[in-house]
Amino acid sequence: MRSRPYRGKYLDGANASPASQTQRTFRILQRVHPAANVIELREVSKLYGTFAALRKITAEFHTGNSYVILGPNGAGKSTLLRNLAGLTRPSFGTMTILGSGEVSEVRSRIGYLGHDSMLYDELTAMENLRYSASLYQGETLSSGRWTPEQSLAMVGLDPALNRPVGKFSQGMRQRASLARALMAKPDLLLLDEPFSNVDLASSAQMLHVLNQLRAAGNTILLTTHQPDLARPIADCFCTMEAGQIVSMEYFPPSNAPAGMRSAAGLRA
Amino acid sequence: MSYTRIVWAHLAKDLRLEWRSKDAINGMLFFSLLVVVLFSFAFDPTMAVSRQIAGGILWVALLFASTTALNQTWTRELRHQVLDAQRMAPSPASALFLGKVLANFLFVTMIQVVLGPLFIIFYNLHALGQGWWMAVVLPLGTLALVVNGTFFAALSLRTRNREMLLPLILFPVSIPALLAMVQSTSAILTGESDPGLWINMLAGYDIIFMTLCLLLFETILNAE
Repeated sequence: MRSRPYRGKYLDGANASPASQTQRTFRILQRVHPAANVIELREVSKLYGTFAALRKITAEFHTGNSYVILGPNGAGKSTLLRNLAGLTRPSFGTMTILGSGEVSEVRSRIGYLGHDSMLYDELTAMENLRYSASLYQGETLSSGRWTPEQSLAMVGLDPALNRPVGKFSQGMRQRASLARALMAKPDLLLLDEPFSNVDLASSAQMLHVLNQLRAAGNTILLTTHQPDLARPIADCFCTMEAGQIVSMEYFPPSNAPAGMRSAAGLRA
Repeated sequence: MSYTRIVWAHLAKDLRLEWRSKDAINGMLFFSLLVVVLFSFAFDPTMAVSRQIAGGILWVALLFASTTALNQTWTRELRHQVLDAQRMAPSPASALFLGKVLANFLFVTMIQVVLGPLFIIFYNLHALGQGWWMAVVLPLGTLALVVNGTFFAALSLRTRNREMLLPLILFPVSIPALLAMVQSTSAILTGESDPGLWINMLAGYDIIFMTLCLLLFETILNAE
């Protein structure tokens, strides 16, 4: 079964004719996404035994955009992100990420936040981040990197907080985890349900950081079950069902309601 | 230089985690003490018999005890998917392995430091051979245990019955090393033969398995 490539459309352009809608889409894509695709997927499938978690996905994700991936449980959102992060390999198909066909070559340019915190409960946030930073020693990063102190401050956590992560609230833990993912200034940020079980204040703080990254030209792929929450930073809603991308709906810039954007501290 | 610093980062992290949780040390210590005490009560050996069997009891106790700790050291990497973060980091996988081996080596050595005097008292031991050879046999034997143990614990990490699987894989592979450890220790304690051959065998075993494990660890780490 062949998956459909994404169909780009504007939510506010539903009444336009298909031809003018396509042209308009193209013009705005040119303006919003001037650079090459950051991710290109060609017929990517992932099988676990006989179960197909991803089915022949063909899609392109453009540099500097923020993609919010929606879909029911089991749709393949997490599997897609894990494949993009290089934590699993596709069973079939090809992936080009940041210009490379081999994820391991561009690993240091990808930030990943999984379902779990990916932090040690017994260590403080600062100790966790210092340890992560030490694993990047000797790595020449194109964009430099943030120090653990800068990363924690960016997500609104006190670097001097002398409490193990195991005693953090869920919101604090997610923010610490985001700080870890951001530390190497990744060009591509993959976030798997970053807002689950997180209070509104923490979510707003995270959205604020993500919007800054987006404005700086980083590409973000984010899965969530809370589209309203992620909408202020979304350039595109990408919907998955049964291991396939069934639609990609692009928003024009600043499409999100002003109230939502100001709640996240974003530009109006 | 950078590689050494990454190994040190892994080692320091493992030591800090163990210092705060004491998961591995406590389990190992109680287990090995129990084995030593129970064997001493069960057999009530004379001094001569003690010298014959002490090597076997010591190394089997350490092998069993280290198995309990080896699973712990990887289990904490699985908790909260920390291992995924390490897999994504651009640092060499062998550095992670080496850091873990060194940490486990230190944990088992600490157990030996506590266990040694008790062992001498319970079994009324006095070496008739050159006792200083034990300073060579103990580190070489410990290294053999932890290198294989760390590697096979990582191999069984994603299996459902990893606590069960580790001894099933580890013990048969460790037989040559265990033989060399026991024989060299017995030779030192009884003074009846030269432990040199067994020590050489142990050193060869360490070199071969350390090299193999370092080369293969990346494949194990990234296996799905």
